[in-house]
Amino acid sequence: MRLEVEITGKTYSSAAGGTHEVLAPVKFALQSGEVGVLIGPSGCGKSTMLRIILGLDRDFDGHVARPPGARIGMVFQEPRLLPWRSVEQNVRLAAPDVTEAKLSELFKILELEAHRSHFPGELSLGLARRVALARAFAVEPDLLVLDEPLASLDDALAGRLRDEIATLVASRPVMTLLVTHSLDDAIRLGDRLFFLSPRPARIVQEVPIAVPRDARGEAEIAAIRAGLALRIQAEQCDDRAGRDVL
Amino acid sequence: MLRLLSFALFLAIWWIAALFVGGAKLPSPPAVLNVTIAEAASGALFLHLGATLARVALAFVLAMSLGSAIGYLMGRVKLADRLGDPWLILLLNLPALVVIVLAYIWAGLTEAAAIAAIAINKLPTAVVTLREGTRALDRSLDEMASVFAMPRWRAFRHVVLPQLAPYIAASARSGLSLVWKIVLVAELLGRPNGVGFEIGVAFQLFDTPRLLAYSLTFAAVVLVIETALVQPFEARATRWRPRAA
Repeated sequence: MRLEVEITGKTYSSAAGGTHEVLAPVKFALQSGEVGVLIGPSGCGKSTMLRIILGLDRDFDGHVARPPGARIGMVFQEPRLLPWRSVEQNVRLAAPDVTEAKLSELFKILELEAHRSHFPGELSLGLARRVALARAFAVEPDLLVLDEPLASLDDALAGRLRDEIATLVASRPVMTLLVTHSLDDAIRLGDRLFFLSPRPARIVQEVPIAVPRDARGEAEIAAIRAGLALRIQAEQCDDRAGRDVL
Repeated sequence: MLRLLSFALFLAIWWIAALFVGGAKLPSPPAVLNVTIAEAASGALFLHLGATLARVALAFVLAMSLGSAIGYLMGRVKLADRLGDPWLILLLNLPALVVIVLAYIWAGLTEAAAIAAIAINKLPTAVVTLREGTRALDRSLDEMASVFAMPRWRAFRHVVLPQLAPYIAASARSGLSLVWKIVLVAELLGRPNGVGFEIGVAFQLFDTPRLLAYSLTFAAVVLVIETALVQPFEARATRWRPRAA
């Protein structure tokens, strides 16, 4: 399975009139088992890009090739649970084929066992986010899209959920697309990092991480981080040199 | 308890007023009760009440189902909204009496004409309420359902319908009260039975106790339906909401 994204442009007309360019040409592909990470400043068009990739927004130039029949698991920025259905029903409605064993395991990992029959209105935001993760995992997706899934969780839990995501990605051939602000999450989870420019977004740099995910200890992560810092510095120097010439 | 107290207060005011005004214009509660019991014993009360209830049920179901479907369509599809809106405004502002009289002229003094006329009076308010509810649907949940590839029916049942439930309940409540009122006019004008017919007869004879006996029994039935059907449905549909303090 392979996800190919080739967006040549996306504009929208604002209520005040006038058109705004949201996305510059963007092109990348993801293989099964790969985790792509989109990193960019707030408001650069990441969410727009995700909506296009998911097929929610068809009004753009270019094309997106999703594998036919691919199951999608998505964690939105806000949990987007059905307030009138219990936690368990929320998960089961998205993933009708999930077995009881699998569901119990997921709830156990995400520490949701005590909240099965609660309604989303009775949960904290952190809990609701975990339900959204459980829902995305329960569908056993071929394409997993995570829009800042670990935001507003405490460090310990975020770390555990990150490990969970890593385990899931390792256990099945799943294409994963992660949007994050955290370089740390990106380095720990990603196979390829796409650094995006401010709006209109384009890919400034594509950085592959060669070290396999399960071999990344603290030392390797520090090394990757240092490598990235050097690259970014070099990029900025190039920019400055370019401007000097002009 | 408070409800009972408020009911007792109503009876007391009625009784005192009856003493002042006199039995011909406003009979006292026992007088009305006696007539009610007599009518019930002869079976006439149940016959007329049953006929009216059947008309209400038919017209209500017809108007609610058709009105909800049209309202949903108009809320979802812009073209349908544009096309339907002038009709809606016309129907909303058409007096009930005009619809009933026209229905009787065109279709004769038949049961079908009466029920259709009552339903047409209720239809536009159901459309307006459901259209508003459909416009207020949460797009982000629609997107969620579409990303998780929920089949259409499941998405409608679990994502859309719960959002519409409060609007359906509001429309049912206002609709019942509207249909109750109009059904009596339709019966008065062109039906040989029903509470409206009896009230017409009582009016011609200036028989106030009989008039009150029928209208109050009718009001009691409405109250029972409201508390036994509409309110439990509403409570169930909104049980996920945090309770108001």
